[in-house]
Amino acid sequence: MSQLIPYIVAAPLVGFLINGFFGGKYKNKAIAGWVASMAVTASFVMAIAVFSEMLSMPAESRAIHYKLFDWLSVGKVNVGISYLIDQLSIIFILVITGVGALIHLYSTGYMKGDPGYTRFFTYLNLFIVMMLQLVMADNYLLTFLGWEGVGLCSYLLIGFWFEENKNNDAAKKAFIVNRIGDFGFLVAMGVMLVTFGSLNFSDVFGAASGMGSGNTSIVIITMMLFLGCTGKSAQIPLYVWLPDAMAGPTPVSALIHAATMVTSGIYLVARSNILFALSPATLTVISIVAICTALLAAIIALFQNDIKKVLAYSTVSQLGYMFLGLGVGAFGAGVFHVMTHAFFKACLFLGSGAVIHAMHHEQDMQKMGGLKKYLPITFATFLIATLAIAGIPPFAGFFSKDEILWKAFSQGSTLLWVLGAFGALMTAFYMFRAVYLTFYGKERFDAAHHPPHEVVPAMWIPLVALAALSVLGGFLGVPKILGGGETISQWLEPIVGKGEEIAAQSQIMQGEGMEIPLVIISVVVALVGILMATRYYKKRTTLASQEQKLGTLYSLSANKFYVDEIYDKTIVQPTYFLSNSILYKIVDVKIIDGIINGSAAGIGQISGMIRKIQTGIVQNYAVMIVVGILVLVSYVLIF
Amino acid sequence: MSSLSNYLIVSAILFMIGASGVMFRKNVIVIFMCVELMLNAVNLTLIAFSQFMGDQSGQILVFFVMTVAAAEAAVGLAIVISVYRNKETVEIDKLNLLKG
Repeated sequence: MSQLIPYIVAAPLVGFLINGFFGGKYKNKAIAGWVASMAVTASFVMAIAVFSEMLSMPAESRAIHYKLFDWLSVGKVNVGISYLIDQLSIIFILVITGVGALIHLYSTGYMKGDPGYTRFFTYLNLFIVMMLQLVMADNYLLTFLGWEGVGLCSYLLIGFWFEENKNNDAAKKAFIVNRIGDFGFLVAMGVMLVTFGSLNFSDVFGAASGMGSGNTSIVIITMMLFLGCTGKSAQIPLYVWLPDAMAGPTPVSALIHAATMVTSGIYLVARSNILFALSPATLTVISIVAICTALLAAIIALFQNDIKKVLAYSTVSQLGYMFLGLGVGAFGAGVFHVMTHAFFKACLFLGSGAVIHAMHHEQDMQKMGGLKKYLPITFATFLIATLAIAGIPPFAGFFSKDEILWKAFSQGSTLLWVLGAFGALMTAFYMFRAVYLTFYGKERFDAAHHPPHEVVPAMWIPLVALAALSVLGGFLGVPKILGGGETISQWLEPIVGKGEEIAAQSQIMQGEGMEIPLVIISVVVALVGILMATRYYKKRTTLASQEQKLGTLYSLSANKFYVDEIYDKTIVQPTYFLSNSILYKIVDVKIIDGIINGSAAGIGQISGMIRKIQTGIVQNYAVMIVVGILVLVSYVLIF
Repeated sequence: MSSLSNYLIVSAILFMIGASGVMFRKNVIVIFMCVELMLNAVNLTLIAFSQFMGDQSGQILVFFVMTVAAAEAAVGLAIVISVYRNKETVEIDKLNLLKG
């Protein structure tokens, strides 16, 4: 089965090429959607085949190396286009192709009639190719290729409706902010080359295991890698691009900006778990950044009115939880939450897409309400996914989030757990606020004129599938204490076990026997959040005008803590000033142009003097020739 | 039989006459004839050396020079006629379009 591995990548690549080259010639545009969906489905089927083969093998020998060809051989460094399929990457491959296939199917309905229909599917397939590169690579450079590739696709798809300038601005913002993170990744690779002399995972991890904890090079490498992760996975300080990325079509938000691309930072840390475990300082930084991001984003999400913005900040917040898991050394728990989050967040985004579609491109929840009776399927799936994200048992989010919170308590500190649980309270509150504002209450739109309609099967089938996964996905990781088998942590043990072990050496374990009480508390906390939302948004609909009475909290939340404004004043404007007034007007115009124009003018003046000897009279030239010959001949004769 | 230097002196004188004509006469036709004179001076040198050194290749070369000179005369005269048609003059110092 391992010979199927290159075809997992090749299938969407072929789809991309077919749609890219022949997309303009299709008589029936729907072909593009089907080609793209088939390509991703094919790669999902092949991934399942590889997965089932792995299941039948003993745990130690499940990692499959597949080398296609050498890419770069410079000196001692040898980088190949070669893939590594193991327990970690197969989870990501299955999520990417599986959720990806569902979202492709959904898009065939959602994007119907859009003038850029074929272009959309071309980009979407390219994204799948790049994302697979990222998670399948067996070295950092190939991962980086995918890393940059998904960034490009993200840029193209955020700015998909490029007629509107604000979409282009959002796309540029995403790209530039990500570049800052990518710089960290590049530096990390440089230090890695110097320290280990290789970029292959096996060489790097092998050499790193022999080094002591807290080695300076490893600290630098992990800090820089984490800088890359803050960009791609939207953590403080680089999270600002993700909410703006909602300018793209909703399936893109679901696939790229919720389920897959933004989790690549978690993948990178989980993959490099040995490096991170050897650098306790970095793990501490990750925990702090993660919990701050989770709380900040949750507070901002409280009073957002754009349904996609709520989900976007919720994504940032959930990514914070995943990093919290990684930060306390529970790499498996982080990856588990990536998977369940992919299910319920994709379902939420696609549900919001269905709402937006039904409401004729209205995204403001203040102008919705009472949609329950118009969109029964969407409502049911949205509710299930909301219960999952709120952490209500037995939905998927409960198991993964509680595992992270438990690890944060037992391997981190009580404070981390308290803050995390507070974030869970807010999560439950703002998600149910969104549900109630959208589906309950009075209709705050003109139903007679524009009646909302339930979406087509191509759109609700993925919703139902994802809702089912949001219900069932959590059972892969039922903790031992609740009578489960911890299937997923056992599955990941050969990959992350070593890192978790090393990380545990520098941690103080606490909370023996506290797991059950803590789980009960966090469920109660989530229920409190839901009840609060019910009180204020279901029983009576509190609209923005009344929310404003909350004062500071409301204005901070609704204005996103003024982070964009602060960045604008402290970073963007100074950069503009530096670029325009100094680099452009002085360095470029005066110095660089001065050198170029000056040398041209100088040559012009000299040639103006020399050209006088060209009289145009042939006889003068003849005289010069004769004189020249005489001089030469006499020189030869005399000396 | 005269010595080699006599031939060389004659051909040097002929060459200098030709070169002075090329440098100082104004009429293109005259300049043209002076060029022929220079070529013939060279021919005389070649023949002289060939004779005195017993090597026939110099004489062969002279045939080539004469052939080229004939061809050049044909082309050159054609150019002169065409210049005259355009400019109505063959004075060389009037033709200075390439002045820098």
